[in-house]
Amino acid sequence: MESKSYLDMELLRFSTAGSVDDGKSTLIGRMLYDSKSIFQDQYDAIEASSKKKGETSVNLALLTDGLRSEREQGITIDVAYRYFATPKRKFIIADTPGHIQYTRNMVTGASTSNLSIILIDARKGIIEQTYRHTFIASLLGIPHVVFCINKMDLVEYSEETFESIKKDTEAFVSKLGIKDINFIPISALNGDNVVNKSVNMDWYQGGTLLYLLENIHIGSDHNHVDCRFPVQYVIRPQSDEFHDYRGYAGRIAGGVFKPGDKVTALPSGFSSTIKSIDTMAGPVEEAFAPMSVTLTLEDEIDISRGDMIVRENNQPNITQDVDLMVCWLNEKPLQLRGKYAIKHTSNDVRCVVKEIKYKVDINTLHRLEDDKEIKMNDIGRISVRTTKPLFTDEYKRNRATGSLIIIDEATNETVGAGMIL
Amino acid sequence: MQSYNLTHLQELEAEAIYILREVASQFENPALLFSGGKDSIIVAHMARKAFWPGKIPFPLVHVDTGHNFPETIEFRDRFVENIGANLIIGSVQQSIDEGKAIEEKGYNASRNALQTVTLLDTIEEHRFDCAMGGARRDEEKARAKERFFSHRDDFGQWDPKNQRPELWNIFNGKKHMGEHFRVFPISNWTEMDVWQYILHEKIEIPSIYLAHERDVFVRDGVVMSTCDFIEQRDTEQTTRMQVRFRTIGDATCTGAVESNADTIEKIIEEVAAARTTERGTRSDDKRSEAAMEDRKKQGYF
Repeated sequence: MESKSYLDMELLRFSTAGSVDDGKSTLIGRMLYDSKSIFQDQYDAIEASSKKKGETSVNLALLTDGLRSEREQGITIDVAYRYFATPKRKFIIADTPGHIQYTRNMVTGASTSNLSIILIDARKGIIEQTYRHTFIASLLGIPHVVFCINKMDLVEYSEETFESIKKDTEAFVSKLGIKDINFIPISALNGDNVVNKSVNMDWYQGGTLLYLLENIHIGSDHNHVDCRFPVQYVIRPQSDEFHDYRGYAGRIAGGVFKPGDKVTALPSGFSSTIKSIDTMAGPVEEAFAPMSVTLTLEDEIDISRGDMIVRENNQPNITQDVDLMVCWLNEKPLQLRGKYAIKHTSNDVRCVVKEIKYKVDINTLHRLEDDKEIKMNDIGRISVRTTKPLFTDEYKRNRATGSLIIIDEATNETVGAGMIL
Repeated sequence: MQSYNLTHLQELEAEAIYILREVASQFENPALLFSGGKDSIIVAHMARKAFWPGKIPFPLVHVDTGHNFPETIEFRDRFVENIGANLIIGSVQQSIDEGKAIEEKGYNASRNALQTVTLLDTIEEHRFDCAMGGARRDEEKARAKERFFSHRDDFGQWDPKNQRPELWNIFNGKKHMGEHFRVFPISNWTEMDVWQYILHEKIEIPSIYLAHERDVFVRDGVVMSTCDFIEQRDTEQTTRMQVRFRTIGDATCTGAVESNADTIEKIIEEVAAARTTERGTRSDDKRSEAAMEDRKKQGYF
């Protein structure tokens, strides 16, 4: 790597979902291997494990196995994070098991991703889990989805097969409102169109998977329109040098802030002007999501953690009644009229579940109006009433101000993931 | 329209600062584990950034095995003084003297595992409800599944099957009395990211990361520094070599690599070309396939 090229590298977070036989682990292993991101000692370790298990070739899937209990059972239980880089981008892979029991893991992995890779076995075409994975990607607002039609080697690299699966997929995806959809014919096992262009599919004119990951435009994945600054921490040094300094530290959740901007603090509604945007390296002229900065204001107004600084003429919803899609993460089902704690941006409130509207069949995407018991791995629409107002945007418009987690007050466990409607 | 893009280092830094501020907000008495190694140095550096112009609102804690490279300790004391932080030292020697930990014997004796005892004692003594560390998910397969906010029960144990799901950037640090958290602000960084950041931010690091002449011997394929704490076998001849350390841990279990990289730029080139992981020089991980997983369950960082 050129010593200075890292100053232009961007970060892309993507998730992969799949079940046991669709070649997901092989695909990840292939990407790591062909991009030279596997170290010799890691390779030696999995080679030894493969031999011990009596496998004839080195099983690249073992690279993505983490815990002993997983290796013993030959399954992935939890989200595992993998890292690799090319001179253009650094990649974070959230590798999630795709079985229906692990919907909560898929949701977790998808929540921080810019892009989702969904594998389709070329021999089988669209199956139940394709709907499920695509639905979760759309629900979690992942801007880019790449369908990899895998095992093309087993269908004689047939263009007709690829086009037919692509047409079927486009038909159901059109209803889900995903911004950007891509299709690539690959063979993860042989490496066709993963990192290197396939010599077996002249008819495919598009780029390889890695080319797409390196070049897909991610600059507009954050909201740069609606100014939202959840206050995380108040900095008051009270030192001789910074005697009257009062800075509001936080991570920008949307929009672009500049010194001189007229702003309003919520919930108080008091207005002021941004005096400076500070960092230890010096003040900056503008700040945008997802930067961590410190704002100072011209006027002394009372602001603390949980408050939000916004533009006067562009405010979020200020509400105690919140409608949301929820993915349930805990063995104990969601309780109608149950009381829970909520974390939303830097705010902590309590809530009561007022209504369970419907549950979604995540394989057919049908609404189940009669079955309202939301158990672990279920997704449903609910409404809650909070003890204090939240400052929210629609999840579709802003993932940072449109998301919340639900916490069981007795166990302190995170039991639900909510996307605000 | 103007495009608003961050580089990967800016984005990783923004994430780490966000987490440091969450810790300061969500916990009453947090601490930052500081070994004097590069990972804890950059976490401390970002802690300064997170609270500037205020001071870092929590102490640094060093779990001292007593088996250190002298360069590390000298660096640690200077670093802490420069940033005006409060340093607390937990001593493994003291745990041994008090009979809480038992010294390993033999050629491969190491105090690495004993750190867990001292760490948990220090946490209890100072009533820390959160201990932050510089562990990264790319280091080791058990760490690949670690959360940013990792819950520990009242025995300090980690249960990999019962971790809280972590979604978006919302972190749940709620806990019962006696429980605590481990928090890892640079979970998403790789060894390369750390070096690029050190170069970009011009951060000072202990000299033993850079290539230097040193008396060493080879054990099980790992180049070890000669020191008072290690018993050498007769077959393990001392030689002088040009080496550097890729990680800095306890001197008894941290190996060196042959290297001419005497600047950060050269280290970055070396890391880019490296064919082994940095933990390949750590004999503590070689004890079994699940060595790290087992230690973590008991309360290791």
